[in-house]
Amino acid sequence: MYPFNFEYHKASSVSEAISLLNQHDGAKVLAGGHSLIPAMKLRLSDPGVLIDIGKIDDLHGINASKGAVTIGGLTTHSDLAASIVVPIGLSETAGTVGDQQVRNRGTIGGSVVHADPAADLPTMLVALRASFHISGPTGNRTVSAEDFFTGMFETDLEDGEILTAVEVADEQSGTGSAYSKLFNPASGYAMVGVAAVVTVASGKCTEASVVLGGLTPSVMVASSVADSLVGVKLEETSIAAAAEAVQNDLGSDVLGDIHASADYRRAMAPVYVRRAVAAAVERAG
Amino acid sequence: MATRIFGSSIKRREDPKLITGEAQYLEDIQLHGMVHAAVLRSPYAHANIRSINVEEAKAVDGVIGVFTGKDFEELPALPCAWQAGGVDNNANTPRVLEIERVTFTGAAVAVVVAENRYIAQDAVGLIEVDYEPLPVVVDAEEASQKGAPQLHENAPGNICMDWACGQEEGTEAALEEADVVVKQRIKNQRLIPTPLEPRGAIAQYSPASEEYTVWMTSQAPHVMRLLMTAFVFGIPETKMRVISPHVGGGFGSKIFLYPEYCLVAALAKKVGRPIKWMETRGENYVATTHGRDHISDIEVGVKRDGTVTALKVKTYANLGGILSTIAPGIPTTLYGRMLSGVYKIPNIYCQVLGVYTNTAMVDAYRGAGRPEATYLVERVMDLVANELKMDPSELRRKNFIPADAFPYEPADDILAGLKYDSGNYEAVLDRALEVTDYKAFRQEQEKARESGRYLGVGFSSYIEVCGVAPSAWVGVGGQGWGAGLWESANVRVHLTGQVVVTTGTQPHGQGHETTVAQVVADELGIPFEDVIVQHSDTLGTPFGYGTYGSRSAAVGAVAVYNSLQRIKDKAKLIGAHMLEASIDDVIYEDGKVHVKGAPTESKTIQEIAGQAALAYDLPEGMEAFLDDTAYYDPPNCTFPFGTHMCMVEVDRHTGQVDIQRYVAVDDVGRVINPMIVDGQVHGGIAQGVAQALWEHGVYDESGQLVSGSLLDYAIPKASFLPSFELDRTETPSPVNPLGVKGAGEAGTIASTPAVVNAVMDALSPLGITHIDMPLTAERVWQAVQQNGNGG
Ligand SMILES: Cc1cc2nc3c(=O)[nH]c(=O)nc-3n(C[C@H](O)[C@H](O)[C@H](O)COP(=O)(O)OP(=O)(O)OC[C@H]3O[C@@H](n4cnc5c(N)ncnc54)[C@H](O)[C@@H]3O)c2cc1C
Repeated sequence: MYPFNFEYHKASSVSEAISLLNQHDGAKVLAGGHSLIPAMKLRLSDPGVLIDIGKIDDLHGINASKGAVTIGGLTTHSDLAASIVVPIGLSETAGTVGDQQVRNRGTIGGSVVHADPAADLPTMLVALRASFHISGPTGNRTVSAEDFFTGMFETDLEDGEILTAVEVADEQSGTGSAYSKLFNPASGYAMVGVAAVVTVASGKCTEASVVLGGLTPSVMVASSVADSLVGVKLEETSIAAAAEAVQNDLGSDVLGDIHASADYRRAMAPVYVRRAVAAAVERAG
Repeated sequence: MATRIFGSSIKRREDPKLITGEAQYLEDIQLHGMVHAAVLRSPYAHANIRSINVEEAKAVDGVIGVFTGKDFEELPALPCAWQAGGVDNNANTPRVLEIERVTFTGAAVAVVVAENRYIAQDAVGLIEVDYEPLPVVVDAEEASQKGAPQLHENAPGNICMDWACGQEEGTEAALEEADVVVKQRIKNQRLIPTPLEPRGAIAQYSPASEEYTVWMTSQAPHVMRLLMTAFVFGIPETKMRVISPHVGGGFGSKIFLYPEYCLVAALAKKVGRPIKWMETRGENYVATTHGRDHISDIEVGVKRDGTVTALKVKTYANLGGILSTIAPGIPTTLYGRMLSGVYKIPNIYCQVLGVYTNTAMVDAYRGAGRPEATYLVERVMDLVANELKMDPSELRRKNFIPADAFPYEPADDILAGLKYDSGNYEAVLDRALEVTDYKAFRQEQEKARESGRYLGVGFSSYIEVCGVAPSAWVGVGGQGWGAGLWESANVRVHLTGQVVVTTGTQPHGQGHETTVAQVVADELGIPFEDVIVQHSDTLGTPFGYGTYGSRSAAVGAVAVYNSLQRIKDKAKLIGAHMLEASIDDVIYEDGKVHVKGAPTESKTIQEIAGQAALAYDLPEGMEAFLDDTAYYDPPNCTFPFGTHMCMVEVDRHTGQVDIQRYVAVDDVGRVINPMIVDGQVHGGIAQGVAQALWEHGVYDESGQLVSGSLLDYAIPKASFLPSFELDRTETPSPVNPLGVKGAGEAGTIASTPAVVNAVMDALSPLGITHIDMPLTAERVWQAVQQNGNGG
């Protein structure tokens, strides 16, 4: 519970943070500190140098304009949960993270960069087809959420880069998003987390995006489920049938632990898919 | 006084300090020149220590010293103060630092003292230990089988003790004769107490006076001093002062003498500077005691009409790799002897094998033995009800000890001569049935089942034992407790009438400062504000055995009460003298001594205290001051009881259990402060529900604690729980003049079976009768699958 020695720097701008990051080998950005600091205290992480980005104004705030919502990298889970401009499924997801104290400190940037397989926000952001804005020593770039998550605790972010914002599309009428989660009773993380985004027109599903987290090493896009939903009239039986298709998407790499075995998680996947899709359909109106 | 202060829900006077952060916990104490200790712990569950190399650690800047067990060879292993009564105990206890062998992951093997804890921790990482790993066993039943790895030479088969209570032959015969016999294996899983504040200690040594001062997170500072001085250091107890600062919860885990407390004291002398050690949460999980961990096989015999005639129990109690201070006493006296519950069961026999395994020490955890007993008895009642197709409330009612049977001696001497003090078990059951509108629930349940929803209701009609005593019963000649269990108090009425009470018990969250002051204010007829209660420091408080087993009211407050009677007697003598009346003509009432029939001819207790202190006009030969110390050794234990009911809905698709309602009707005797009792019951229920559904201390086969942090050990969160509905009846205990019984553990003891019974009731249409705890979603779901109704 006592970290190794580390140096602490405070950055006042994104460019300063990037230059500090690149001056110090192995340095890490400190956002809400709710994943990084526990790892340091357990001596699982030893960054040597921390660069606090908490006071960088540009990284705060949620802005909606021209059909898009831009969420600053330092937006806390609480702010996201309370936001009425982000898609409802995203605020719902943020509201399921940990507890109030964790949501008050933890940030969207920290959550996606940490890429914990049991985290909640990555799942919903992939389902919403979000894009991530990244700044680095050589300039800015944008990457899709789906491409960003490359493995367990692994992302496309390069050393020396900072995630500045997450962008999602405005939720149009006819589209609904929802998140359904099997909580780990100890940590509060997802043992199965399902994000569903569906668009319904004249009673039929025209577009669907279903993504699972918590039970695989990295976020998993359930394309078989989405395919089974599109073109179908969405009601209890058709949703249940589509949900069963998740077994085609799940590979052999389902995770298990003392709280829930791999078999149980696998069995729960269609249940939570069904619940998330049903809720999204209801919201689609 | 208009409203009595005894029995009123006045606010806890300790809260302002706690809420504003003014209260000093161990971690808040800073001494001049203080250094810090960090402990190296074994990564192996079972290993020989071949050698330890501390050179690299010693060389770190800021390191003052690095020590191993060999540096403390002169200190003996710690005492085991409660060995199971009447049988051999093959006791093995920890040393300050282990020298030759470790028997659980987390055993202390070396210590670094450094200028700060970061340096200390860095240096700990540089100590090299050459271990020879040995085969590991973590399950108590397996450990007792042939061929299991052996932990201790003096404990063949890993058996610490083989203890029994009740009558074997009679019970066997009754089982033979029974119309129906129900058998079940029931596990009571290992729990990790998880107080908010982990353990810690600070020690200072004065070479001039050869005195130690030790601050520690303890529920029993006097006992700690006694054990450390008499059994470990071999010095007079007057050479050590032990102080418990504010203690952030204990749940039993802070009753015990731990190696680190002795280590810190010994280091303070060796290093010549004050020293602090505070464990991390990770250390708290591997090296502080755990609770429960029983495997039991039960057989219960019943008549067709539901009369329970016999209960036979065999229990493997996991005691861990080595014994904690009172480990063997918990699964014996506090467990086996409580197996009659609230029922007339004529024949009971219980055998307990206390077993060593390569796991953390297991000792008292909130309820200590009684939750394990209650869980068995209350599961048994439901198994029987299910088998006989009887309503579980009616089966209970049929077997209750009737209200006119008290004092009652349960099942053939199972309590070794003690008797249940008082009770009215039907009254609490009836009240619970009324509050929950039981009949309506059964109808709702029926309807829900038709639409594929599984609702369930669970009962727990419990009894427990508090204020364990008398010393002659529990002590060495009886139940094996290596001490007394009386309690003490000193009451001093100062010159202005301000009262200072010092007690041998001390709070770690319970609110003694409030409740004891209520007893004093009520008895003396003075304002509550005029009483202060001091505790937790061996300097300035009379010897006491500490706070556990819900004994502070039933034993400690009674000592206060007894002192107050003598204070009042003396006040009457002085008052009569001041009023120039005969002692036979005065009475003490509402804070005054007055002449009978003439209430205005009076002297207030304040006036009398003033005279007692100034002493210029006292009765001939009387000593000055109103000051009295009492030592109270109860003639019997007290036995709180109640009925808890839990209503759940089980999601058959996922196995999730949702608690919809929780109703507790408790009878803890007379209640000094209802709000404080409610608070104790609330916390207790939360802990007991958590055992039923979530908490589980899990070791893997190699003896690693898999549930080694709060990421994996599921303590209850407020959001998991409904708002509890509390109610109570008050059946005074005839054991003590206050009529109190004890309320600190009832919630924990009662709630676990209520929840499990509710889930089994919900699943009964599927033919499911038992699932072992914790009833995680997965376990419930699996049971549903196996019974072919996954839907
Ligand atoms: C008790 C507890 C319960 C939790 N429960 C849940 C849960 O149920 N679900 C869930 O999803 N999460 C949960 N979390 C994790 C929580 O959501 C964290 O807040 C989050 O994972 C990390 O965010 P942070 O702002 O705290 O990041 P930090 O801990 O500060 O940083 C995490 C990592 O991201 C990097 N980083 C942070 N921000 C940036 C950025 N803008 N650019 C580049 N790199 C960056 C850091 O360098 C570090 O490597 C829980 C945490 C705790 C302590």
